[in-house]
Amino acid sequence: MTQLSSFHGGLHLAGHKTLSTSQPIATLPIPARLVIPLNQHIGAAGELLVAVGDHVLKGQALTKPVGYVSASVHATSSGTISDIGEYPLPHPSGLSARCVVIDTDGKDEWLPHQGEPSYRLLHAAEIRNRVRHAGVVGLGGATFPTSVKMNPAGQIIDTLIINGAECEPYITCDDMLMRERAKEVILGADILLHALGTAHCIIAIEDNKPDAIAALRAALKAAADDTQLGDIAVIAVPTLYPTGGEKQLIKVLTGKEVPSHGLPAEIGLVMQNVATAAAVYRAICCGEPLISRVVTVTGEAVAHPQNLEVRIGTPISQLIEHCGGYLPANPLPLSARADGSPSPQKGAGRPVSQGDTLIMANRLIMGGPMMGFALQSDELPVTKGCNCLLIQNVPAASAAMPCIRCGECVTVCPASLLPQQLYWHASSKNFDQVQDYHLFDCIECGCCSQVCPSHIPLVQYFRFAKTEIWHQETEKRKADHARVRHDFRSERLEREKREREEALRKKKELLAQKAAAETTSGEDDPKKAAIAAAMERVKAKKEQSESAADSAPGKNA
Amino acid sequence: MRFNTATSPHTTPATSVDQVMRKVLIALIPGTAACAWFFGWGVLINIGIACVVAVLCEAAMLYARGKAIKPYLMDNSALVTACLLALALPQLAPWWLTAIATFFAIVFAKHLYGGLGFNPFNPAMVGYVVVMISFPREMTQWLPPLLLQTHVDLGFIDTLRLIFTSTPPPGLVWDSITMATPLDITKTQLNLQFSIQDIHADRNHGPLFGNLGGIGWEWINGLFLAGGIWMMWHRIIDWRIPAGLLGMLVLLSNSFALYDYASYPPPTFELFSGGIMLGAFFIATDPVTASTTPKGRWLFGAGIGFFIFVIRTWGSYPDGIAFAVLLMNMSVPLLDYYTMPRAYGHKWSELPGEDKHQDPKQP
Repeated sequence: MTQLSSFHGGLHLAGHKTLSTSQPIATLPIPARLVIPLNQHIGAAGELLVAVGDHVLKGQALTKPVGYVSASVHATSSGTISDIGEYPLPHPSGLSARCVVIDTDGKDEWLPHQGEPSYRLLHAAEIRNRVRHAGVVGLGGATFPTSVKMNPAGQIIDTLIINGAECEPYITCDDMLMRERAKEVILGADILLHALGTAHCIIAIEDNKPDAIAALRAALKAAADDTQLGDIAVIAVPTLYPTGGEKQLIKVLTGKEVPSHGLPAEIGLVMQNVATAAAVYRAICCGEPLISRVVTVTGEAVAHPQNLEVRIGTPISQLIEHCGGYLPANPLPLSARADGSPSPQKGAGRPVSQGDTLIMANRLIMGGPMMGFALQSDELPVTKGCNCLLIQNVPAASAAMPCIRCGECVTVCPASLLPQQLYWHASSKNFDQVQDYHLFDCIECGCCSQVCPSHIPLVQYFRFAKTEIWHQETEKRKADHARVRHDFRSERLEREKREREEALRKKKELLAQKAAAETTSGEDDPKKAAIAAAMERVKAKKEQSESAADSAPGKNA
Repeated sequence: MRFNTATSPHTTPATSVDQVMRKVLIALIPGTAACAWFFGWGVLINIGIACVVAVLCEAAMLYARGKAIKPYLMDNSALVTACLLALALPQLAPWWLTAIATFFAIVFAKHLYGGLGFNPFNPAMVGYVVVMISFPREMTQWLPPLLLQTHVDLGFIDTLRLIFTSTPPPGLVWDSITMATPLDITKTQLNLQFSIQDIHADRNHGPLFGNLGGIGWEWINGLFLAGGIWMMWHRIIDWRIPAGLLGMLVLLSNSFALYDYASYPPPTFELFSGGIMLGAFFIATDPVTASTTPKGRWLFGAGIGFFIFVIRTWGSYPDGIAFAVLLMNMSVPLLDYYTMPRAYGHKWSELPGEDKHQDPKQP
């Protein structure tokens, strides 16, 4: 397992990690109001368990999972529910969704809870159920319910990979978590091993985090002395963006490739983020649901970049305030910055005004600079998927020039795609062609945009093409459905018509038969025969009486 | 606090087209300086004429096409075309020849196909081939290099006069100034049934040949090679095209020279004569008209090397870089299509056009 492979392309990016690693993880005070979105994961939102006016305790479930791919959300501090309604979410499109609003009482009173430190006594299904009800989801950003990934579902999982690569620049939340809570990560990994029934576990960390690697190795040794652990190895991988991508890390560690449109489980692998492993540990061993996470608040335009332990639902503005707020448009001299990071003033974009002062920041990014998305506002809640808040001054993008086919994008693409061909077809809306060039294998890492000398926003074109194709597929499905329904309807109408005609024909046939019966075999009918006989008799009688009258002429002559 | 949004990545791109083109121009400097050293002012005057005409044509075409003039004019691409073209032309080519070649390169080969990024053929080579075919006599006005006794030291004014009025300085005639290039001599003498050894031993022709290629030319090629390596170092060009080109040229010339060393010049001569290094590192690597896939680039380079050797050896022109490049430009769409790299998670059998009916993954 020590023989590392490599993936195609990738970029050596400036890390900017020391900006936020100088201080330990600080805990953010309880905010006055928490806005907790009901759906913070991929899959179905849970069923609401509370109502407005309810008093909730910290760790109390607000929803219970509904369906297989689902997870709970919990109250992240004690207080009273003041509203349940639509609130804006941190989402690329700025959409709103149902949230529970808690006015905190400041007591931070826990719901009584109990963990099971001897997790090996628990059955895998029981562990999965506890993880599911603890609301643990992938904390690397994808927020896929962890309990689902803990179910091998008939597949044999050979190796569990704990992803601590954290390859994006600026983000350090996993780094700091590994440094400070190495034991939780190790034990969480062991719980996952136990639940998956897997023998081997690799904790992969990029080699630009020597402190985290040392901490994990020490914790692994200490834990192995204490208890019987599975086969866990801490492996340093070369620093290269995007090593932290699931497919890329799998390639680096195992040399295998996840089949296109497939899952790692198909090649016997499962990957979880380090923070997810720590959350699993807390859920199982301490009985604590996922109510907070480590968030990196960093960037050149915030006063004191650092990592914070933040309750889910805390407004982002509060995090930034805790980190000293936005820097004013005239930055402090170099010496005033904690890590002496270079002044971002050179080539800076237009600053934004906050009240009556100008601030340097003009973009608030959730996630890293390469794959994160820009937020519309800082009045949004922290969610389970929020690993980093990057406050930057990004210079205005220069106008895109035509593609000169230099092929740099091909050189750096970690999925071995031809971005410039994809761009060519995406920009001309050739959606069949763009799929021939494997658009759906694009992981949107941003390497191609970063190296493009023509400054073409390539990733934007690819996202556009993907959503267009999804849209077309949905439309097509709808149209297909409508066509099937229409076909059924016409078929039904046709059938009804046929049946009506059939019935009519039968009726007519019957009538015709009757008529025929009347004409050809009337005597056969006993009634008619009787009537006829009766009529004969009446006729005969009449004739008889007439003839009798004729035979007595002398009576009245 | 509200912010504007934009899509990721939220970074500033590392480079730009004008920077790429500027680096190409910088990489041209050593080889150009060597040209000027060995062949005098004519080289620089040609570059000057070509640059002026190129910028004027570019601006006029941008205006005519209703494009933003400033950003496109600042991308330096017209200057690169002009310099490459001027370096490919004879040092004493008349001014109108350079102007016509540049005009064709920019107006016809570049802008009529849609401008930067859309031209299927290398503009500089189109311009070169147009004048090569239309004005064969003027295209032979090469100077002997500095190290030869026949070299006439023409001053700046004399060169200007020659280029603009075609009037040789007093006391000199055209034939006493110009002479055939080593490639030309080799070709004509081989056709006259002389062997390579005869040509090298000849009193008139022998001094033209240096240790590697033509005398002077070997330095020029060496410095263009150095510029090319510098560009590869800076990731301006991909190494596969020059490697394929030079590799194929060496392979073919070495095989033939081994087979018959009297009729086929050695590979060193092929590599260090004419414009091979300029062609391999600066012309064939024009990204717009070259293949973009890794394997396609190998084939593209090797194809150019193949055609250069064929044209040099059996064709009717002394050098064939321009034709070779244009021939391979034609094959680029085909090369690109059939040399697609295997994408992550795919098998080789799933190359495009063969997995059309897959369902896109739903979000």
